[in-house]
Amino acid sequence: MGSAVPEVSVFWTLGGIAVVVVATFAIGAWGSSHARATSDLHRARRLVREERNAAAISGEYLSAASFLGVAGLILKDGSTALWYPIGFASGYLAVMLFIAAPLRRSGAYTVPDFAVVRLDLPWLRWLTTVFVVLIGWLYLVPQFQAAGLTFAVIAELPTWAGAVALLPVVLASVFSGGMRAVTLVQAFQYWLKLFAITFPAFVLFAVFLLGGSAQERLNAPGPVFERDTDVAVETSVTLQVTEPTWLRVTAEPGAPGGPLQPDGTAEVWVPPGDYQVDAGSSLSFGAGTAVPVVAGAEAENGSWMHPASADPASLVGTYSLILATFLGTMGLPHVLVRFYANPSGHGARRTALFVLILLGTFYLFPTVLGLLSRLFAPTLLVTGETDAAVLLLPHAMLDNWLGALLTALTAAGAFAAFVSTSSGLVVSVAGVVASNFQRVKNWHMPVLLLVTAVVPTGVALLVAEQDLARSVGLAFAMAASTFCPLLVLGVWWRRLTALGASVGLLAGGGLVLAALAVSVVWPHPGGLFGELVRQPALVSVPVAFAAMVLVSLGTKQQVPEGVSRMMLRMHAPDRLGFQDGRVRKPVVTKESGGRHRL
Amino acid sequence: MPRTIMELEEQTSVGEVLVRYLVRAQLRSALLMTGLLAAGLFGLPLLFYVLPSLGDMVIAGIRLPWLVLGVLPYPFMALLGFWYSRAAARHERDFLHMIER
Repeated sequence: MGSAVPEVSVFWTLGGIAVVVVATFAIGAWGSSHARATSDLHRARRLVREERNAAAISGEYLSAASFLGVAGLILKDGSTALWYPIGFASGYLAVMLFIAAPLRRSGAYTVPDFAVVRLDLPWLRWLTTVFVVLIGWLYLVPQFQAAGLTFAVIAELPTWAGAVALLPVVLASVFSGGMRAVTLVQAFQYWLKLFAITFPAFVLFAVFLLGGSAQERLNAPGPVFERDTDVAVETSVTLQVTEPTWLRVTAEPGAPGGPLQPDGTAEVWVPPGDYQVDAGSSLSFGAGTAVPVVAGAEAENGSWMHPASADPASLVGTYSLILATFLGTMGLPHVLVRFYANPSGHGARRTALFVLILLGTFYLFPTVLGLLSRLFAPTLLVTGETDAAVLLLPHAMLDNWLGALLTALTAAGAFAAFVSTSSGLVVSVAGVVASNFQRVKNWHMPVLLLVTAVVPTGVALLVAEQDLARSVGLAFAMAASTFCPLLVLGVWWRRLTALGASVGLLAGGGLVLAALAVSVVWPHPGGLFGELVRQPALVSVPVAFAAMVLVSLGTKQQVPEGVSRMMLRMHAPDRLGFQDGRVRKPVVTKESGGRHRL
Repeated sequence: MPRTIMELEEQTSVGEVLVRYLVRAQLRSALLMTGLLAAGLFGLPLLFYVLPSLGDMVIAGIRLPWLVLGVLPYPFMALLGFWYSRAAARHERDFLHMIER
């Protein structure tokens, strides 16, 4: 697999990653010494312009799942995978519609803060903190796995090496504060990632159009090997063969037998069917052979192009994903903190709008690369490493210096994605935990940062890698089933009680954890049940909402006393100045025509 | 004018009614936008499921599903967001006019 990238490219690519790391630290150092206003997130609030804040939010938000995972899923699943980027972006619309302005005015910038301010019950802080940590870790594990994959693909290093290599970079960035805290650096990360995906997409698309075989390729019944191709299988896969074919297989001596697992090397005739292929095998296909695909991927171009299968279960799966991503964004720990940097509630809404535009621009391009990789990098369908599509496509299409350059660029962009999202998450999660201690001692924060980063690294090393975008989808499901109902009801419904909120959190979060446990014990259940185990939001979100509403109605007498004041604070226009819990001194503003208001 | 703001502060019944009115108006706009999003975008999987032949249509050389799922959702969502931010700002202005009258 790694042999797809020659030595020279590896050198360029590692160089590209090094440049990204150095540049980010440099900008961080320059930013924190230069601009007094942007050096610290808390001091920075009210002073960061909406456009730059939006770029920073987007830079932190575009993770490995967006940079690598989306194109990988498109390669594998076709147009149904387009719902992932749509969902990732639409989450910001939900943030804007339901919580951006009120949450900014509430003065809380983490969910536990909000829960305490709104519901006036101290131990709710601990319960919500547990979920912040869970969501953070669920999101971090795939980032570390993606780093492992990147290094395995471009430098032929073992998978654990990349995950372990990412850890010190993330730790260095969170301890120095250089990479994460500065809005400027996060904004830079967005523009870097945008460039690292748009430039290769434009070049490769031009190559594709000039190649002239566009229609021919798209009209082929399925992906086909263009020339003689050797594929090394590095993790065991189940292959789905649709066209009977001759191929040459080399398996470990003493393999269990079967067409794709002979004892040693053999020239075999493979009729259609599903076959197990063990790690360490190598398959040689002749030019013009149809590509067998990993189980679960779309084998035929026809159904790959088409958004709907005849199966109602997959429709349910799509809706479950839409719900999780639409409602989950608002509960992600690293998303809310940034909104606090806005000067006002109105500014928070404007920021969300800019984020929506910036994300929308970005997501056009993974789609292009996913489409092209179906036509030019079909070997990934055999190995199952579809997440590597963005990394390997440039070289598969351009076997020259330009291909090497583009590979270096996409790898650097991917690395920027892991580092910015991981360090943002680590800082937010550790910050939330630290704020629970009555008195934060000096040693608390470093220990918390370390634990927050090391635990998901360990999990990433132990757990086999799934599709990146899918694993991140579970973190969204968790956020959508716990914090989304808490925030939405907290902002819009005055009758929410602390008991109602707690029961709802436990019900929604418990269901997602249960689905996670089932999928660990029983990896591939089919049908409707299988879809809901993989993405439980369609069940868990309504249950969480219903539990919160019903239990709150049952505990009417416990509605917190200050609720009316809190509603006023969250919803009153910024000009009235209620948002900081105090009434401002009379201000003379242009809009008020020089009158003293208040 | 100052009396109304003091009423807001002190949560008299008049102040509370005013705030409730604002919250309702804001929520109505947010739900309207969600409805438009659901109808215009989230309805597509069901539409393609009920009418599979739509998935085979080709517009300007691009298959319809790739166009409506790969490109169009982003400007559509930005447009909804823009409308909403204007509506929300308008509700806030109305509220200010009301208490300043």
